[in-house]
Amino acid sequence: MNKPVNTTELQLEDDGPLYAARKKVYPQSVSGTFRRIKWGLMAFCLGVYYLLPFVRWNRGLGAPDQAVLVDLPNSRFYFFFIELWPQEVYYFTGLLIVAAITLFLMNSVGGRIWCGYLCPQTVWTDLFYAVERLIEGDRRDRMRKDAARGTMKLERFAEIVLKHSIWLMIAWWTGGAWVLYFNDAPTLVKQLVTFQAPMLAYIWIAILTATTYLLAGFMREQVCVYMCPWPRIQAALTDEWALNVTYRYDRGEKRTSLKKANELRALGEPVGDCVDCYQCVAVCPTGIDIRNGAQLDCIQCGLCIDACDAVMTKIGRETRLIGYDNDINIQRRQAGTPPVYRIVRPRTVTYLAMIACVGAVMLYALLTRTLLDINVLHDRNPVAVKLSDGSIRNAYTVRLLNKRGFDRVIAIDIDGPVNGTVHVVGADSLTQDRPMIILGRDQTTELRLLVTAPTESNPEKSIPVHFHVTDIGLGEVASATDHFVTP
Amino acid sequence: MTEHNNDFDRVSGKTTTGHEWDGIRELNTPLPRWWVITFYLTIAWAIGYWVVYPAWPLLWSHTTGVLNYSSRADVAVELANLEKIRGDKMVALGAAPLAEIEKDPALLALARARGKTVFGDNCAPCHGSGGAGAKGYPNLNDDDWLWGGSLDQIMQTIQFGARSGHPKAHENTMLAFGKDGILKRDQIVTVANYVRSLSGLPTSPGYDKSAGAKIFADNCVSCHGDNARGNQELGAPDLTDKIWLYGSDEVTLIETITNGRGGVMPAWIGRLDPSTVKALAVYVHSLGGGK
Ligand code: SF4
Ligand code: SF4
Repeated sequence: MNKPVNTTELQLEDDGPLYAARKKVYPQSVSGTFRRIKWGLMAFCLGVYYLLPFVRWNRGLGAPDQAVLVDLPNSRFYFFFIELWPQEVYYFTGLLIVAAITLFLMNSVGGRIWCGYLCPQTVWTDLFYAVERLIEGDRRDRMRKDAARGTMKLERFAEIVLKHSIWLMIAWWTGGAWVLYFNDAPTLVKQLVTFQAPMLAYIWIAILTATTYLLAGFMREQVCVYMCPWPRIQAALTDEWALNVTYRYDRGEKRTSLKKANELRALGEPVGDCVDCYQCVAVCPTGIDIRNGAQLDCIQCGLCIDACDAVMTKIGRETRLIGYDNDINIQRRQAGTPPVYRIVRPRTVTYLAMIACVGAVMLYALLTRTLLDINVLHDRNPVAVKLSDGSIRNAYTVRLLNKRGFDRVIAIDIDGPVNGTVHVVGADSLTQDRPMIILGRDQTTELRLLVTAPTESNPEKSIPVHFHVTDIGLGEVASATDHFVTP
Repeated sequence: MTEHNNDFDRVSGKTTTGHEWDGIRELNTPLPRWWVITFYLTIAWAIGYWVVYPAWPLLWSHTTGVLNYSSRADVAVELANLEKIRGDKMVALGAAPLAEIEKDPALLALARARGKTVFGDNCAPCHGSGGAGAKGYPNLNDDDWLWGGSLDQIMQTIQFGARSGHPKAHENTMLAFGKDGILKRDQIVTVANYVRSLSGLPTSPGYDKSAGAKIFADNCVSCHGDNARGNQELGAPDLTDKIWLYGSDEVTLIETITNGRGGVMPAWIGRLDPSTVKALAVYVHSLGGGK
């Protein structure tokens, strides 16, 4: 953003060393609209994360009754009424695509609003800051206490210990909630308490405790600025219409102190609304000055808006000197034309359409998915076998999937080669001339299937053969097609 | 500092490194300290790694590292563990009666999986990796069995082999009717044509069917039976079916009758443990040809 820079002043502190220590950020507490939104979203996100494993969902006898469960040992994923099998992981691909495009959509509407309000790094850092503020006091207190590090009193030491203990407790509970998604939550909690839980659970809790403590307690804004790829990606995806947290310099400049501004205004001189109080900088969790224009370090949390609004209200000027806006509008206002806001534009509509498309495809796949399934693989070695009476036999490896929670009796038929018969290795009991097998509940079964047909009635080299498996009880049918070949 | 004056970037208020690409200049931004520390830590880590693990190639060997780690040793441990895991299951397989294995889906799956790998290692050179056989080596997928295709018979054959030298091996061989002077050349041609006619194959014009039948009755029925249906006790093939181990054309048949036949299969007992032989028998049986 082109705004005047005081070159002589800046040059002095520049040309620093190869590396620099992090300048600790002491964000000040703030209240206002965006802070309230952030509190609300934080409560919602953390509530969902911590409590979801305890939500129950009745799936019938023998099936887990946890609403959201990643059942790794049995390779199942449960999400309320949905039960996914390993071969259905493409739903996750779909979900990832939808998530990515949603992120693009958010970005084209409001810049990095994901970062400012919903990103776990932001949410937990915010929570940790709240704890810190509660124990050590607000910005000034914390700065003073840190500066007086050399002369630490017992009271201060207690404060530090308390802060880190609470942080660790939050971090520990974060890791604890994580493992609950992989096992029956109430059982696992009992096991964890009595030290009966699997080693892996403790390891994961330890890992997530450590990362939460480290990332939210110490790394904080550095994750957003140095580690996260999203700011770089979003910078390439954004356009001039995206609403970013913006200092409206058309209105703020020329900035000066309140007293001077009033004097100048009385004289009729041009002066801006910004009184250079640095409140927007003080509250910023990444420690930047939004008045320098859009920058990579800004996570769009809107806290500076709240801070500046409070100042503007106090000095009796219009609020939203800082607000969600874009450069176009700043230029338009400078040129005396009214600002325009365009949320519905080709970019956002395209993203919405893409989300709708992928969502529709996933929904369709979900609604039409079968609970009885068959996969057929033709044996290649040998492809066909000649029997002593001159007829031909082909062998197939057939995989049957029973996604229902009970055992089922399945009959297998084929249709294709004339006078063809089917035989299942290990299942000799033929009823009505077709093999029947019992499919265990919620599992897959592999069978070796032999199809035999006389050559005379099947002169072609390759004949399509359809395999039908029928649930005798429910009448559910699944089919697959392969080929019957003669050598 | 002063010499960088020209490289000052007005917008950010920082100096640049002086590098410029298409008008884009690189800001002189210091690295975060933790980043630099991490970088040095990785160097320290790498040096530690050299010390602990095998790392440096020497002329004829390499540094072994203080841990004496080797991936081969790891593999050996893994293999031993695998054997241990398999142990119980293979014991269960060994204990189950042969006839019951195919009725139990879990045991059948285990036997087929185990049988398949063992087959690939030991049997595939002759019978082919899928058991499809070759000329002189029986196809194990079809329903024609020299020594019988029931589970027990297959197991018997695998254990002791054919003409393997093992005392319990299948022994009979087909006589060399021509070489040993039992039949004359023209008799051999006649009986070869007769045999072809048994399985519905065309015969050479002018051959004497009744003469062929007589030669067959005098020389061949003792093994192949009155109806030429073969005899699995003797390993004598069924001559009326459509499957021919060595080929069904006249030339091949003449050669077979002249020189005799007798394929050899090794005895696997002693080379493979009993439960593995069992798995192999089930696998071969389940290929589809079993009776
Ligand atoms: S500049 Fe404002 S919106 Fe950006 S991170 Fe700082 S406080 Fe949040
Ligand atoms: S809070 Fe508002 S008035 Fe104060 S310095 Fe920031 S932009 Fe200017």
